[in-house]
Amino acid sequence: MGRPTIKEAAMKKTYGLIAAFDTVPALYHACEKVRDAGYSQWDTFTPFPVHGLDAAMGMRRSKVPRFSLAGGITGFFTGMGFIAWLGWVEYPLVVGGKPMFSPMFAFPVAYELTILFTAFATIGGMFLLNQLPMHYHPVLKAPQFVRAMDDRFYIVIEANDPKFNPAQTRALLEQAGGKDLAELDE
Amino acid sequence: MSAHSADTSAPAILAEVKPAVVPRRVLVEHGRDFHWITEKICGLVEGPTPTWWWVCLGVAGFIASFTVAGLTYLVSTGVGVWGHANPVNWAWDIVNFVFWIGIGHAGTLISAILCLLRQKWRTSINRPAEAMTIFAVVCAAIFPVFHVGRIWFAVLPGYLFPFPNSNGIWQNFRSPLEWDVFAVSTYGTVSVLFWYVGLIPDLGTMRDRFTAAGNVVKARIYGFFAMGWRGSNRHWSNYEMAYLILAGIATPLVLSVHTIVSFDFAVSLIPGWHTTIFPPYFVAGAIFSGFGMVLTLMLPLRAIYRLEDLITQYHIDCMCKITLATGTMVGYAYSMEFFIAWYGANPYEGFAFINRAFGHYAWAYWIMISCNVITPQFFWFKKVRENTTLVWILCIFVNVGMWFERFVIIVTSLARDFLPSSWGYYSPSVVEIFTFFGTFGVFSFLFLLFIRFVPIMPMSEIKAVIPAADPHGSSHH
Repeated sequence: MGRPTIKEAAMKKTYGLIAAFDTVPALYHACEKVRDAGYSQWDTFTPFPVHGLDAAMGMRRSKVPRFSLAGGITGFFTGMGFIAWLGWVEYPLVVGGKPMFSPMFAFPVAYELTILFTAFATIGGMFLLNQLPMHYHPVLKAPQFVRAMDDRFYIVIEANDPKFNPAQTRALLEQAGGKDLAELDE
Repeated sequence: MSAHSADTSAPAILAEVKPAVVPRRVLVEHGRDFHWITEKICGLVEGPTPTWWWVCLGVAGFIASFTVAGLTYLVSTGVGVWGHANPVNWAWDIVNFVFWIGIGHAGTLISAILCLLRQKWRTSINRPAEAMTIFAVVCAAIFPVFHVGRIWFAVLPGYLFPFPNSNGIWQNFRSPLEWDVFAVSTYGTVSVLFWYVGLIPDLGTMRDRFTAAGNVVKARIYGFFAMGWRGSNRHWSNYEMAYLILAGIATPLVLSVHTIVSFDFAVSLIPGWHTTIFPPYFVAGAIFSGFGMVLTLMLPLRAIYRLEDLITQYHIDCMCKITLATGTMVGYAYSMEFFIAWYGANPYEGFAFINRAFGHYAWAYWIMISCNVITPQFFWFKKVRENTTLVWILCIFVNVGMWFERFVIIVTSLARDFLPSSWGYYSPSVVEIFTFFGTFGVFSFLFLLFIRFVPIMPMSEIKAVIPAADPHGSSHH
């Protein structure tokens, strides 16, 4: 850890400001303060989903269900359509005097495919909305971050937030009860 | 209720009626904190491999070799090496298939249905129960795939999955057996997805711990599967929604799977199979056997890994009570089958049931009744539920009884159908017995790998149910 060279210093860009909280209520009330201060490019990092934190952060409802619905509809019609095509077009074969196609006997397969496609769409949608997998992220570099997956709670306000101001943002986080404030490198 | 007491105050009527305060049972004993949970569960993976684990793995591998040998002999020789013959052309293969699939159902019940019902006690048992589901489906799938004999037709275009093939033939989608292919493969896939999604945050924890400890290789491996999870609340929001939707679709899925399995029988015309009670009765039986297996696995795990603070007596009580409830439902179904056989006034149906209880397979029937109807009744007593050794032994009886249930339904009905000239008696061949015996080794082998390399409990979910996780700093929520 020598002094940074000029090039390194020039390239070094701040990603944001990180503040730690020891308890869930402390984090919750700090989030309300950050939200009310009008920040938009910020996030919290918690080892488990904190009940009610979405509201405290002023977040909207997740869009995952849209993916699920699309997946489910696709799955149902895939099942029905496939069996109808098989019975009517590709392989018309009378079995037990039953019709070539009926939604009755196609239903179990269509039902299962509805669930299968919904599952894939839901998980795919979740990954897409979360922009995962993303194996590199500035917060993952921070040595203190190991506790974000364990027993500590963090707020990070990003430097590219329009309201970000190193001094004022730091003051806000300190006043909200944040501890061990540090700058994160990009 | 510190900050919000003004806006969410209790209704005024409560002050008048003064309801009794019923304390909630704690889900994590001894007031353990977040860090203790992380250390406990990660420690099981990070610590040195215990000697007993190697011994068990060796034994499980040896038992699993019976399945491998049995299947190799079957594929190289033909399905004739199993004991099926006219009139019993379905026997241990489908008995074992239904048995294992049923075992899996408790895992999905715990992870999905109890999630929707907001039963927070599910958190510490859902990961191993879901693992159990996946491994049970693996064991179940062996039988339908191998009973076709030439298994390359089962997997490649042909018997099971609809793919275009050079013969230009397709499956019969009017048949419940084809529905079953879709039900079971969907069930297996969704169970794996559900399990994996639940694992992602914990894999992130493992990654960060290995990174901090300087173990780059393990950090890379766990990190790869963690997908770069970093516990962001913007992620948690989508994650929780996705998890809820998965629970919402896994619930109708688990009910449909055993319903469709029961259609394999109910849609046929064989006396003793052709009954409308089968779907609910099979689902109840599946959950019953599955909880029997969950307890069979959890109790030793709890004792060996000292998990008493996480799998508390309350958890065991809950599982015993579900076993009791579903076992009683199964008992009700047995008696209702008999009643309808009499009330329906169909001589073949009536004969099928008299024959079950008093015919050549009466021994199997009475094993079934005593294991499935009488055994769970002991769980009415608190003293029994608190004696883990006794609970474990009773659960073994449940497992045995549920295997016999499938045997009774399938074999007695086929051995004595309409015409006395086509009656017969079925006994398994040694190949069948070895193949089935070996599946317990396959299952144990996979489960041992699971408890060694994967965090066995969902840390993020357990942390979320302890009092310190409440953002309003009270237990009132």
